[in-house]
Amino acid sequence: MGHAELLGLSMATATETATDFDVARNDSFGLRVQHILHGNPVLGPLAVLIVAIIAFSIVNVRFFSAANLSLVLAQVTVIAVLALGQTLVILTAGIDLSAGAIAVFSSILMAVFCTRAGMPGVLALLFGLAFGTAMGALNGFLVTRIKLPPFIVTLGTLTMFFSLNSVISNSETVRGSDMPSLMTWTGNSIPIGGFRLTYGSIFMLLLFGLFFYALSRTAWGKHVYATGDDIEAARLAGIRTSRVLFSVYTIAGLLYAVGGWILIGRLASASPNVGTDYNLDSITAVVLGGTSLFGGRGSVLGTLIGALIVGVFRNGLQLGGVEVVWQGFAIGLLVLVAVSLDQWIRKVKT
Amino acid sequence: MTTPVLEARGLTKRYGRVVAINGSDLELYPGEILAVIGDNGAGKSSLIKALSGALVPDEGEIYLDGERVTFRNPMQAREAGIETVYQTLAVAPGLDIADNLFLGREQRKPGPLGSIFRMLDRGHMRAEARRHMSELGIGTLQNIGQAVESLSGGQRQAVAVARSAAFGSKVVILDEPTAALGVKEGNRVLQLIRDVRDRGLPVILISHNMPHVFEVADRIHIQRLGRRATVITPKSHSMSDAVAIMTGAAEPPPTAKA
Repeated sequence: MGHAELLGLSMATATETATDFDVARNDSFGLRVQHILHGNPVLGPLAVLIVAIIAFSIVNVRFFSAANLSLVLAQVTVIAVLALGQTLVILTAGIDLSAGAIAVFSSILMAVFCTRAGMPGVLALLFGLAFGTAMGALNGFLVTRIKLPPFIVTLGTLTMFFSLNSVISNSETVRGSDMPSLMTWTGNSIPIGGFRLTYGSIFMLLLFGLFFYALSRTAWGKHVYATGDDIEAARLAGIRTSRVLFSVYTIAGLLYAVGGWILIGRLASASPNVGTDYNLDSITAVVLGGTSLFGGRGSVLGTLIGALIVGVFRNGLQLGGVEVVWQGFAIGLLVLVAVSLDQWIRKVKT
Repeated sequence: MTTPVLEARGLTKRYGRVVAINGSDLELYPGEILAVIGDNGAGKSSLIKALSGALVPDEGEIYLDGERVTFRNPMQAREAGIETVYQTLAVAPGLDIADNLFLGREQRKPGPLGSIFRMLDRGHMRAEARRHMSELGIGTLQNIGQAVESLSGGQRQAVAVARSAAFGSKVVILDEPTAALGVKEGNRVLQLIRDVRDRGLPVILISHNMPHVFEVADRIHIQRLGRRATVITPKSHSMSDAVAIMTGAAEPPPTAKA
């Protein structure tokens, strides 16, 4: 025993010398999985998505039909666009509770501009997008200049935007048929085989591609990650962190407004009474996609998968005959598991 | 006599009634490692922050290569060629080694890819990062695309030092670079500091670790009560002399010239 211990000790010393400045290796299976997930955080959510699709297809054969999968994609499109903006904010270690409010308020503004104000569709759309961007910029201003915590800022603006939303809309729904066709264009679809792909979904996928590029291939993207990772270190490295944060909240606002536009197409109307659960759904999608709420870690690819997981679960549970009230329970449980997993992956040791 | 690369004259910084630095001087000569030691509250960090632009002094002048300079923020000091590695390790743990080396100084691809699409030249940055790392004898890091958080404390320090050496054209300031490290890694970083000096960059080293200071420093600036008490060399004085001067137990000897 004593001998073995001695041997172990001397071996440990030898390893330490050899790996003086190299990275030590772990051999336990759990640690290896932890390392792989740490290096490729999208793998976990992807596995969940694939397993969920297979499971729901077994439960109900109708699930894996082209028509139903098209429906799932159309259902998640708005949430996915909101979650894209939310991802940017969460990557900087922030949170945006006003995502849904900005989206719905922007859609109402667009509808009001082109009906009551009589603007042409293009102008109403551009104004709506501009207002959404301004709402995001207000969040960014409060976070970077007044230096309030993002949670508080967006809790405040969430309430304000929903209130303004009711005032401007008179709590009335604007029908899609009363609006120029551009407003509901995102709801139109093109058939691809048995699939029906809406323009909104195509646009959403393009946006994900754009932000995948911006985050991974541009200096701005690196700065977003560095700011969320360790804001003080980023500042000392010469990054203007306030500018990065402001740009993130502002761009997120624009994305929410785009989400609002797609929402009009999806519902074929602009309604002030939808979207209360969009905030949490967007955060859920981000978290399920493996983006860390502590900032600096994650990807838009993960968020897309996360949004699809939410959509697949809701749709699959529905087809499986699970009552609506229990769907929320299942999604909530999924979130808790995802966050626990994130904590575990974060504790990676070399 | 050679002109100092970096010179501070009568730097003063007050916070209300508290005087952090009280007319402090400092000279850093070409090709030397100048250690700055002092008891807690002697004004070491304030002095260093003034030199690296993190703090704007109320009074006093700073000269770089004999030219008067004023720094309003760390970026200005950096643009003037003074690189600082802070004690809090200014690295982004989630980004890889190459990204960290170029953090805040990313290089874009030439042509429209870079100017319009703002695409980063990753291949070039990685090759450059690898070159900088191996120039300092830290080529053993097998993967330049490895996240910094997967590195040990010494390796992270090496990345931070490599960054300052790669971009610092005049002066490298290191704040407690060995504080959080084990014996072996500490020694490795000391060697790195010597390598930086031998490549022609003078180094200011702030440290509490007397053996480390006496091992690498060419001259030792002792800060006491907000000003420079004296400058000694490891040859002229012992560690206990230094501690005695630092704490006021002994009279400071006249300042040693480079």
